[in-house]
Amino acid sequence: MPETRLLLKNAEDPALRTLAGYKGYGGYATLEKAYREMEADEVLKELEDSGLRGRGGAGFSMGKKASFLPRGEMDKYLCCNADESEPGAFKDRELMQRNPHQLIEGIAIAALAADAGHAFIFIRGEYDSQADVLDAAVAEAYEAGYLGENILGTHRNLELVVHRGAGAYICGEETALLDALEGKRGNPRLKPPFPAVQGLYGGPTLINNVETLSNVPGIVANGAEWFKGFGTEQSPGTKVVSISGCVRRPGNYEVELGIPTRELIEDLAGGPLEGREVKAFYPGGSSSPVLTAEEGLDLPYSFEAMAEAGSMLGSGSIIVADDSVSIPHMALRTARFYHHESCGKCTPCREGTNWTVKMLERVVRGEATPMDLDIVASVQDNIIGHCLCVLGDSMAMPVGAMVRKYRQEFEDVITAAQGEAVAA
Amino acid sequence: MSRLPVDQAVVEGRVPERAPEEIPELHEVGCPPELRQRIEELMSRYPDRKSASIPALWAVQRLYGWCTPEGIRQAAAVMRVTPAYLESVASFYDLLHTEPVGTHQVAVCTNISCWMRGGDELLDAFRAAAAGDESLFVTGFECLGACDIAPMASIDERYFGPLENGEAAVAIDQLKAGEDVLPEKALEKRPLPGGPDA
Repeated sequence: MPETRLLLKNAEDPALRTLAGYKGYGGYATLEKAYREMEADEVLKELEDSGLRGRGGAGFSMGKKASFLPRGEMDKYLCCNADESEPGAFKDRELMQRNPHQLIEGIAIAALAADAGHAFIFIRGEYDSQADVLDAAVAEAYEAGYLGENILGTHRNLELVVHRGAGAYICGEETALLDALEGKRGNPRLKPPFPAVQGLYGGPTLINNVETLSNVPGIVANGAEWFKGFGTEQSPGTKVVSISGCVRRPGNYEVELGIPTRELIEDLAGGPLEGREVKAFYPGGSSSPVLTAEEGLDLPYSFEAMAEAGSMLGSGSIIVADDSVSIPHMALRTARFYHHESCGKCTPCREGTNWTVKMLERVVRGEATPMDLDIVASVQDNIIGHCLCVLGDSMAMPVGAMVRKYRQEFEDVITAAQGEAVAA
Repeated sequence: MSRLPVDQAVVEGRVPERAPEEIPELHEVGCPPELRQRIEELMSRYPDRKSASIPALWAVQRLYGWCTPEGIRQAAAVMRVTPAYLESVASFYDLLHTEPVGTHQVAVCTNISCWMRGGDELLDAFRAAAAGDESLFVTGFECLGACDIAPMASIDERYFGPLENGEAAVAIDQLKAGEDVLPEKALEKRPLPGGPDA
């Protein structure tokens, strides 16, 4: 099955980055229609009816989230989460780099639906080049009257600021993102209250991922029914899937949700190198529980199928490990990342990530016993659900799955490392 | 039996050696006018001026190469916050440096996808090529969001990959000579891998 490009349509054309290029493909016509002819509730209803699910990881209905914002005259905010820091995810980078105006148009229309007067794109500091692209595009959109005061001569206003982060995975968590945007250390907040009620500066705030917002112009232009014509009933639309690791053609592929996972990994991304086979893969970024090739390759790539298999679609980022990859070393690599990025606010995450790294280091050095693997597993169980945010869970889920599914390999690594130590 | 020493603070109350640092006055800190102007412009973008703290620290870092204590005091004076507040923010984020770093920065990704494709070895190659030159700051880094070009590096905030180990020395030489770094390996040059007919 080939790709189905809705968001990456015309993305090969470098002119798409400019306002003129984007308008040449019909861009901003939807914004004009929405601002001139539609009521906020109509736009919101279209988004709700489309069944568009958040593309940042949680997969929650975007329209429903927007509908949680209280009505009435008050300062409301929209934040675009462009902090893409999940290992394995690089789809938002592609969307911003190649088609910044699609995102800006989506933000402006979503802001109309949510009645937000102030919008921010929180982009990770490492994406300096993409932030430059966005800065230029936002300036063009202001110039053309699509942003600012009295947009297109209507009474509606929207300020849009590109805000660069400074390197912290946790800022992709929506409440940590709000703290960072308020100029603080990026620590997550206790929920509830949810941001839709009390978010940025204490005001109602809608937070959506880049890919989610990039879908908005298409939905409002063509209608919810058109959008539901793609993908599955519970996972409508297309998904830009980042595929990396042990494949021949790593990259972003836009496909209809529900496509067989095998087609994504083996056909589109070319599968593993000659003589190698898929051993396991993370179906939705490094925080999703790994699936073995037998479990996962024949599943449809959709939110519901991945959840049913005990994993998740997450941000839609597949990391493939072939049979040359040592799972215990991959578990250690994964745990080190979350240990480094834990903000330290909640004890189970701060201590749990720390001890998981220490114990996995003992495993690969041959200093552990098989009983330690039970302790590793129990530490993971004690993290899940016990923190303000899911950073700790994001380590506990994949590491727990690896220890459970590849127990023998962990034990073999311990034995092999002990053998090496004796020989030395 | 000897008695344990009694902390005098318990008996007398703890008296801090000096008063907590207050918001510095602008005339005390010698803030360059262009930095002051930049930070004021940044503050005006947000409903709350404190939102400009990360952008202000970026501005300090761009000017001085890292978040120097003097630079932080200058930004604090302009923003009307304490230097400690800005220090607490700066120390949280990986990209804000609270110690001197070189004029060129190389961050090599060593996360899962890059590790599978040789990220650790690439980091070693960059470290070897840059050894002994303090103007070059080479560091391993967590996922930079470019697993499609693994193994990769961010060199002076631009992405390059997939890199061969031998290209580390080439890139370092180009940096030293002030030339464009590995132009053919720039992320921007890379087409989308698939296509409607893929």
